[in-house]
Amino acid sequence: MTPVPPPTLFSADGMVGLVFLIMIGVTLTGGIIAATAERLIRALSGIVICFTGVAGFYYFLNSPFMAMMQILIYVGAICVTISFAIMLAAPEEKLKKSPTNLLSGPIGFMIAALIFAAMTMLALKTDWQASAKIASGSVREIGIHLLTTYSMVFELISIVLLIAIIGSIVIARGGRN
Amino acid sequence: MALLSIHQYLTTYLVFGAMLFSLGVYGLVTRKTLIGMLIAAELMLAGVSINFMSFNRFLAPDPSVGQIFTLFIMAIAAAEAAIGLSIVVAVYRQFKTVDAEELVNLKG
Repeated sequence: MTPVPPPTLFSADGMVGLVFLIMIGVTLTGGIIAATAERLIRALSGIVICFTGVAGFYYFLNSPFMAMMQILIYVGAICVTISFAIMLAAPEEKLKKSPTNLLSGPIGFMIAALIFAAMTMLALKTDWQASAKIASGSVREIGIHLLTTYSMVFELISIVLLIAIIGSIVIARGGRN
Repeated sequence: MALLSIHQYLTTYLVFGAMLFSLGVYGLVTRKTLIGMLIAAELMLAGVSINFMSFNRFLAPDPSVGQIFTLFIMAIAAAEAAIGLSIVVAVYRQFKTVDAEELVNLKG
């Protein structure tokens, strides 16, 4: 986007680029562990690593607020909930070879690879047009938008969360004697 | 060292979001347990959020709109995880397993 000469490794910009490359590696490793690990608890650890890396991406995308929300909500809440579910509902993992279905072999890999190839082609071939910025996207502006333009959606999302909490308690309680 | 300046381009983030999304698709179709599928679905949501945030950073005129949308995605993901995991616990109580291949009640 900006036609500056590429930085050398031992400069401030070069170190930023190095941190970015390391972050890509860490996030990808976490994602691959999360998608392919045999034991569920390892997949959970992988997704914790992956979400922390995604928070780093949000820092690079000019949004430290979303990075903190990512760590708070995903790593702090969702992953802990999943770990509780693993402890409650998957006590022994037999790792037995149950009959594999049609999708779980190379066909599943081919489907994922096709989706990735198609989206990568789309990202590379399209001529993305940037528009002029009319705001800075600070936390103050996010708060103003949440309470004026998007106040209806904000209220709806809190009702959805409330219903989800009550509903999950009801579902998980049912059938208990 | 052109590789050190790739964080300034939109395409990097788009390709990376696509990578996370397709990893999630792969996990979703290969996993055998319900909790594993849920973890893969969270991976797909992370890829989608990265796409939104990168368009928000590079293309959108008002950069707070994409952040608000990503915040809503996070709230929906939290609600989905809560409901999904309580369903997993209820299914485990009924069937004593969370293997998706064995959850068959109507099969003869």
